[in-house]
Amino acid sequence: MKQPSMQRPELVCPAGTPAALRTAVDAGADAVYCGFQNATNARNFPGLNFTPEEMKQGLAYAHERGAKVLLAANTFPPAGKFDLWKQAIDMAHGFGVDAIIVADIGVADYAHRTYPDQRLHLSVQAGASSPEAIKFYCRSFDIKRVVLPRILTVQEIKAVHNEIPCEIEAFIFGNIGMMAEGRCSLTNYATGISTNMDGVCSPAGDVHYDEDKDRNLTTRLGEFTIDCFSCGEKAGYPTICKGRYVTKDHKEPYYAFEEPISLNLTALLPELMKAGVTALKIEGRQRSKAYVEAVVSSFRETIDAYMNGEEPELNDLLALTEGNKQTEGAFKSKRWR
Amino acid sequence: MIPQLTMGPIQYHWPAPQWKDFYMRIADEAPVDVVYIGEVICSKRAPFYEPLYEEVADYLKKAGKKVIFSTLAEVMIKHDRKMVSGMTALEDVLVEANDTSALYYLSGKPHTIGPFMNVYNEETLTFLTLNGAEHACFPTELPEASLSVLSRRANHLGITTEVQVYGRIPLALSARCYHARAHGRVKDNCQFVCENDADGMELKTLKGQPFLSVNGIATMSHTCLNLAQEIETLTGMGITHYRLSPHSHDMVKVSKLFRDLLSNKADPASVTEELKKIRPDIPFSNGFFHRTRGYEWLQQRESA
Repeated sequence: MKQPSMQRPELVCPAGTPAALRTAVDAGADAVYCGFQNATNARNFPGLNFTPEEMKQGLAYAHERGAKVLLAANTFPPAGKFDLWKQAIDMAHGFGVDAIIVADIGVADYAHRTYPDQRLHLSVQAGASSPEAIKFYCRSFDIKRVVLPRILTVQEIKAVHNEIPCEIEAFIFGNIGMMAEGRCSLTNYATGISTNMDGVCSPAGDVHYDEDKDRNLTTRLGEFTIDCFSCGEKAGYPTICKGRYVTKDHKEPYYAFEEPISLNLTALLPELMKAGVTALKIEGRQRSKAYVEAVVSSFRETIDAYMNGEEPELNDLLALTEGNKQTEGAFKSKRWR
Repeated sequence: MIPQLTMGPIQYHWPAPQWKDFYMRIADEAPVDVVYIGEVICSKRAPFYEPLYEEVADYLKKAGKKVIFSTLAEVMIKHDRKMVSGMTALEDVLVEANDTSALYYLSGKPHTIGPFMNVYNEETLTFLTLNGAEHACFPTELPEASLSVLSRRANHLGITTEVQVYGRIPLALSARCYHARAHGRVKDNCQFVCENDADGMELKTLKGQPFLSVNGIATMSHTCLNLAQEIETLTGMGITHYRLSPHSHDMVKVSKLFRDLLSNKADPASVTEELKKIRPDIPFSNGFFHRTRGYEWLQQRESA
């Protein structure tokens, strides 16, 4: 039986751009995660991500300051286009990244066979939500760490920890994915751009804001209305799983999946740390430098305080959440489901 | 190989007698070669059907159908995990893996890969074949170009391939039950409200436009996939199996229409006309195949 002692967790922070990487490292990140400027990573947005040269420089910056760099190559190559993912793995290994985050079985197999010494992490996009699934990946590709889907309670995470041979990374802040990651084609259904293959959810090019004469705002993704906001209401970015809909029994519009809200596990951190979680992850490679700075430094302070046996002053991160609403999501209770 | 027609697992929560009658009728009347059984969406539904598996499977086999057991698509809690370990431990039964937890048990044994598994490319397909897969049903969002590459690799590897050609498209899975949520409940006290909607609960946008359909933890398309027009291309690229996903309407008639199409006894346009008559309220889609928005329906021009 493993003792529920608190081990010092690694704080893993988003780096959508070279500037965000430097900001995160300076603000106290133990590791940053980033991707190349193409479909090989799950945040393939215009203006984000790294050229090979920037990746090299980012690595040097992080390593000089004792921080690790994790390369996300966590999308699913469509047949016939596998070479782009091979290149990403080859480059990442050549540059000396500390770990590569993979989701696709073919990509994991390629990385493992070609570079047996390269440390691999299993992306949340792989959707490994049970000990057996995780063990399959560990056995097949020598995965060293799994990023858990945001659907388990802390108790369940603890149980998983006791059954698997690898480390656990858990999300603590940012976007809360309502759909099982890596298994959602909703964006593709509405826009023709695939989250799994193209690395984009709710692409900006398909997002529309229509204002009527009374200044009511309708948000659309492609052809489909996602939400309506009366004048004065703050309109959210239209993602299908945070929209309002009606059904035959529900004539009043309701959030059929979830309301615009962000995950914030600040208060659950000690429990997570006792549950055997090795790394705590902040979501948001698409967010600004200011966001990264505020969130990373806040969690740095909080974690350090807990490690020193102090009761931290919990910073208010509400202003940085989606729709100014926060939740502990699935982590607190099964009733979230 | 003569193209094979398959009946996928029932995605919805039907009352057990309806569930059983469906398979009995498929056995007696539907010209399908393979039938999948097993609860793929929610482990809470499984106890209603599990007592019927053996009888239904035997009946289907006597009718000359090959029977394959499908595992749960999302595996998380103890009950889910037990379902997977139980099903994969059955002897003399071919199992379709819909999640990697099933592969944990099936590695090294002959098995098939279901459409919920992320088989997007030829390298993944090769790994899974070496791991014991002898057949794969590809994800519904794959476009023609990818299916063609995958099919070629499958032929090379000596495994058979399958594509869903009819029925609402599974688009997303979640830990949360959206059927329960619509009724102000949570998954643990859902009281099986998903049984009210034999083909899913339609979700409309605020403008009244039909968009999606909710099926417990699964979100499905509003439209009904129909690849009748694309079957010739699919057979041309070497896809061996064609999957119909069950609905509450006349699936025997649907399978007869697709059988006629596969044996060149009917053309896609007339088959589509007939399919429309069976279920006029659900529009067709084929966008994913054509690498465009999934809900779209691209009508092929009449060939001269």
